[in-house]
Amino acid sequence: MDHFIQLVFSGLFVGSFYALVALGYSMVYGIIKLLNFAHGDLYMVGAFAGFTVLSVGAGALGGGLLALIAIMLVAMAATGGLGVLLERVAYRPLRGAPRLSVLITAVGASFALEYGIAVAFGPNPEVYQMGVSGGTLNVLGARLTYAQLAMTAIAVVLMIALDTLVRRTRTGRAMRAISQDPKACLLMGVNVDRVISRTFFLGSALAGAAGVMAGVYYGKIDFLMGFVIGLKAFTAAVIGGIGNLRGAVLGAVVLGLLESFSVAYIGSEWRDVFAFGFLILFLTVRPTGLLGERVTERV
Amino acid sequence: MNDESTLRAGEEASAYAGAVEERGRVNVALAGRGVGTPKPNRRPSAGRTLPGVLASRWLGPGVALAALALPYLNSSTYVIRIAVDALIFVMLAVGLNIVVGYCGLLDLGYAAFFAIGAYTSGLLSTRYGWPLIATIPVVVAAAVAGGLLIGGPTLRLRSDYLAIVTLGFGEIIRITANNLDFTGGPDGLYGIPGFGDFGLRSDIALYWVTAVVVCLAVLFAGRLGRGRLGRAWRFVREDEDAAEAMGIHTYRVKFAAYIAGAVFGGLAGVLFAAHQTAISPPSFNFLWSALILMAVVLGGMGSTPGVVAGALAISLLPELLRGAENWRYLIFGLLLIVAMIFRPQGLLPARAGEARRRGRRVRGGAS
Amino acid sequence: MSEVLLDVRDMAVQFGGVRAVDGLTFRVHEGEVLSVIGPNGAGKTSAFNCITGFYKPSGGTVTFGGARITGRRPAVIAASGIARTFQNLRLFGDLTVLDNVRAGMHVRIRQNFLDAMLHTPRYRRGEDAATAEAHRWLDFVGLDHDRTAPIRNLPYGEQRRVEIARALAREPRMLLLDEPAAGLNHGEKAQLLALMRRIAGLGIAVVLIEHDMGLVMEVSERIVVLSHGKEIADGTPAAIRSDPAVIEAYLGAEDEEAHAEAERIAAEAGPGGTTEVES
Repeated sequence: MDHFIQLVFSGLFVGSFYALVALGYSMVYGIIKLLNFAHGDLYMVGAFAGFTVLSVGAGALGGGLLALIAIMLVAMAATGGLGVLLERVAYRPLRGAPRLSVLITAVGASFALEYGIAVAFGPNPEVYQMGVSGGTLNVLGARLTYAQLAMTAIAVVLMIALDTLVRRTRTGRAMRAISQDPKACLLMGVNVDRVISRTFFLGSALAGAAGVMAGVYYGKIDFLMGFVIGLKAFTAAVIGGIGNLRGAVLGAVVLGLLESFSVAYIGSEWRDVFAFGFLILFLTVRPTGLLGERVTERV
Repeated sequence: MNDESTLRAGEEASAYAGAVEERGRVNVALAGRGVGTPKPNRRPSAGRTLPGVLASRWLGPGVALAALALPYLNSSTYVIRIAVDALIFVMLAVGLNIVVGYCGLLDLGYAAFFAIGAYTSGLLSTRYGWPLIATIPVVVAAAVAGGLLIGGPTLRLRSDYLAIVTLGFGEIIRITANNLDFTGGPDGLYGIPGFGDFGLRSDIALYWVTAVVVCLAVLFAGRLGRGRLGRAWRFVREDEDAAEAMGIHTYRVKFAAYIAGAVFGGLAGVLFAAHQTAISPPSFNFLWSALILMAVVLGGMGSTPGVVAGALAISLLPELLRGAENWRYLIFGLLLIVAMIFRPQGLLPARAGEARRRGRRVRGGAS
Repeated sequence: MSEVLLDVRDMAVQFGGVRAVDGLTFRVHEGEVLSVIGPNGAGKTSAFNCITGFYKPSGGTVTFGGARITGRRPAVIAASGIARTFQNLRLFGDLTVLDNVRAGMHVRIRQNFLDAMLHTPRYRRGEDAATAEAHRWLDFVGLDHDRTAPIRNLPYGEQRRVEIARALAREPRMLLLDEPAAGLNHGEKAQLLALMRRIAGLGIAVVLIEHDMGLVMEVSERIVVLSHGKEIADGTPAAIRSDPAVIEAYLGAEDEEAHAEAERIAAEAGPGGTTEVES
């Protein structure tokens, strides 16, 4: 039983990482129907942005939770800005182009980010010099570190903030409107370009935050770390129903739990095979996801 | 339909041509689905780029002859080795071109089929002592099975789902090969035999086998693209709904493209296994899939000369620019973006028109 | 009256809460020219999309040539002998004019992948025959343009002709034309009228959605009027002109364009040639 609860907690923890990345994936897809393959790489860039801050201002920041938050804010601003830039330079010129062109551009962007970082930082993994204090807590017989708790809490706060933003603000309303009918929004005087930019900023910033958290937690980052997480985030978004934000969080949690149990019972070397196999299975059985609605495809 | 009913009604056609031109532009702009206008001036006609050479019927045989003659020009082991690498890469690019270029489906895990081919023939030849040539039918069957497994569920969905599922599939195959003892785990398989040396230096024998197979593959892929099925692939690429309205079963057509691509990839894998004699999982990672895609995209989607040239360039370039790997990939990535924005048809685009020769012969003096 | 070719009964389709088609019933006979008219949003195109399988009807049945085709996939319906054009011109833009027309022949060309790879005699015969037939259909619709060039280089009016040629190459028993006159000028409309008559002369049933009442009145043998997804009148052009329910449907609608159309019907009520109407 203790073991079971331990698995649930670690699933929830991993799921909260996935959720932060999946949210951006799902937001961008929801609003302009683009699979942003580079999204996972924005997470990676976030980790490196945090690493840069850490190595420049290591002494001044100390090692506490406040330092972590400061680093995250810087990294979020950096990845958010990069996401906006990416949209402006690579995706906007192709709005209305054939879908294949846009997908290929996204692959190119992913490649450029990965190897841009490899050129800038070198191809070898970097070590995060920030061990968050290693205290542990016993909950229902399961062992949790304070670091895990703190990060899950930060992730939840970010998710609630995003949910509030999308549901309660003008920008959020415009985002939802554009995902319904971009042409009508244009005609109604919504500044579609600006809203799309903001969507990219928010989604990328969340990915950046997740990147810093991953760096701190795992202690090691490398330029290809975004590849698998991008796939996982997409899987989570599909499970929840792509384009649906609460669905993305739900999907991420489901995926985190599934992985946690599969690692325990099948073996960690099969974790990714299990996750991607599950993606294929889900697309076969219920492509609209758990919370997605069935849409009649119109000619 | 009886021929008598055929009559011409275009006499006054030119009289209002100007007016039509004017309206045409407005209406074509309005016809767009989605936000923007559809393909504004993408793919200008191939006229500007070496039209004579590319349209020549002697181009293909000429290049094939040059490929077959290479060992007479330079038979150093180094040249033969990189030439075999390049040829295998050409075959992969031509196979992926069927999926991406002809049919417009993005496959990001193409290396998976390459791996399936290499591992199937490698396992049968090293573990069970089959001669390599005998493994080919099994390789084809395995590639088809892989194509069915992935294509079946995803080809019904939006095309971008296929892209990411294939990405996942590529990882599944690689990780599986890495995890199983049967496939040699991270060490992979070694001691894979060749096709025999026919009394020649063994690398040159393999070179010729590869050259013949790859030349045939290029020829067949190009011909397949021009036939009935190839046309259907293009119809699906251009407009799935309109293709359906013409009675074309788009799901089956996409499936055919995907399976054809899988078979080409699988067969390239056999050549790769014979060439390397040892294979291991890292040979089949995402980088490979991405590089093949780049060869197709930069060379010119749907264009056989373009894809062949793109594949040769991408596989031979590293030999010239050794060491600067990360820079190279960074530039490739940027090039993909730039190409999609400014020249989506690639460097040597597919011929937009068609040869008039055939039309005139059949039509007689009608025009 | 000749035999019933298409029989639509109580067809319905819904988008969310909107009933685009709501219990539509009508028939098309062999070789007949039938127009489907109605105010914007009456469900005309939705009805076409249901018949051709692009939408799944939520109720009712569609029978074509005696066989039930309700809810079959578009390719199957097309292969059974229904060809269509689209409101917004759906051609294969990067392909040549000839290739576009060959699309219509796809299901009839007998060729497998080996034929194509090996260029067997069967392949050559089939391709040559297809090319010749494509030229014949292009002649039939009166296309006077380079046929080996990509179709997107053609003017709009010519593209419309090719779309019809492509549908005809399907050798359909019934052809559905969705606003074929939209965006055409006076002269082109006259040619379209002549073309539709030639098509009817081949014994193909033509079902037309069109807003140009002059054209509709001129070419149709029968007219079905739709309003709110349901047929409200069905009869000869003369009968439709004087049908109070039709006038009510057009005038009753709170839609400016509908008013204009109603006036148009009134203005064109007398027998006469096609009138060019700009909306």
